[in-house]
Amino acid sequence: MKKYEAVVIGVSAGGLVALKSLLSMLPNNLSFPIIIVQHLYYNIKDDFSDLLKGGSLLKIKQADDKEKINSGCVYIAPSNYHLLIEDDKTFSLSIDEMVNFARPSIDVLFESASDAYGACLIGIILTGANNDGSMGLKKIKDRGGLAVVQDPNTAEYSSMPLAAISATEVDHILPLEDIARLIIRLSCNNTKLQS
Amino acid sequence: MNKDYSEEHENEKLEMYLLLEAIYRKYGYDFRNYSRASLNRRIKHRMSISGFGTISEMIHKAIYDRTFFETFLADLSITVTDMFRDPTFFISLRKEIFPMLKELHHIKIWVAGCSTGEEVYSLSILLKEEGLYDKSTIYATDFNDSALKKAKEGIYNINLIKKYTSNYQIAGGIESFSDYFIAKYDSAIMDQSLKKNIIFSSHNLVTDGMFGEMDMVICRNVLIYFNRDLQNNVFKLFTESLCEGGFLCLGTKETVRLSKYSHDYDDIVKGEKIYKKNSKPRLDITHINSNSNIEPVSTGFINKSATIISEAKTKLEELQRLIQSINPGN
Repeated sequence: MKKYEAVVIGVSAGGLVALKSLLSMLPNNLSFPIIIVQHLYYNIKDDFSDLLKGGSLLKIKQADDKEKINSGCVYIAPSNYHLLIEDDKTFSLSIDEMVNFARPSIDVLFESASDAYGACLIGIILTGANNDGSMGLKKIKDRGGLAVVQDPNTAEYSSMPLAAISATEVDHILPLEDIARLIIRLSCNNTKLQS
Repeated sequence: MNKDYSEEHENEKLEMYLLLEAIYRKYGYDFRNYSRASLNRRIKHRMSISGFGTISEMIHKAIYDRTFFETFLADLSITVTDMFRDPTFFISLRKEIFPMLKELHHIKIWVAGCSTGEEVYSLSILLKEEGLYDKSTIYATDFNDSALKKAKEGIYNINLIKKYTSNYQIAGGIESFSDYFIAKYDSAIMDQSLKKNIIFSSHNLVTDGMFGEMDMVICRNVLIYFNRDLQNNVFKLFTESLCEGGFLCLGTKETVRLSKYSHDYDDIVKGEKIYKKNSKPRLDITHINSNSNIEPVSTGFINKSATIISEAKTKLEELQRLIQSINPGN
């Protein structure tokens, strides 16, 4: 058994419903942080994390520049910024050009997270109507991390899960409920390994 | 397999360190305290475009080929921004900050890290519409000369104008945005009158000194590229450059609150990260002589004082409630 240190999630069209559902199934004592890029429309000023708070026990917040990443917390990328992870497990933001027509881009988060966490990272691609995240998920998998994709048949928009599945040999293709179960199981494994 | 990758990552970190050290020693540009994750992406991007297999190969090229270095420097430094990015920031400038500047005889504004100038022209337009432009001087600085040249020219891709016009309108623009540029082929050339009071000059936030007596410093989305230490150094520079009561404007996701200089600033428009430099006297630790006669304060004494203060506060609150109940009108 391996100790996982973080979960990164990439999600686009259909994301609000999927994330609300996924987060409502998770307990508030996860042994790792969950870091999410949700594609948003340009110039949305509202804090997307506010929309997710209802129905979840987890601490959900927008990621701040140079903030220390804590276990059990859910972090959402702010709109119109890329979200990156430094080796010392803090966040950095950037306004670099869009990647895959997106800012925040899933690939940018996943690739930098893979550098920071190596094999101890879980990458998850959920519903979406483009192909952002598939390169990032491939990198996570190549470095020994765990690659998980929402079952395209259960996703509101299937093209992003399908792109991820065709880009890399993923470990699990699951509906949301089973992704939640998997996250809980891996989090419990961590706790067992620590004790 | 995992072990190989972790070794590869460690090797890359070492190569990155050597590359940044080489650039600093050879050319004087100091990227050593930049946030590594973004820098890493930009370096990898250049590697793949120019066909380098490792960062080490690129170190050689960067040292021996000045033309390549110039291209690489642009990769590392240019940030492309929009006109009126974050329109609500510009609404706040217009509605809340400019009225306070109206009284001034002359307004000095420093746009630090202006890159290709989009924000400088946005500011010029705003000052003009509020009748402040003629008594303003805008110092627009960047360390990247090619970015600064573009800023000076003020020529932008016509395809972006639709987005800029929409931003301008959301930002409370009162004229027609098309009055501020001339369209020529696929370019939008910014109006000459907007440049009249802008002084473009080369300045490096990492290695150069202060700009004196500024009424406002605007530096948005530059500090996110720096690590905490470098951010502190730059805040020091801004604090020294601002006059008392001057305004500091940062990007929406940047804050002075996590820096050493937090107590030098009051929030003016919190959501937009607009701060005002205050005039509170600071306790300068270096002035306390170690031989001076200061009694050491015991923890017991501090705890006792805290209890007395808290009891007094509770009594005061009780008294206030009592007064309120006797005289509810007040």
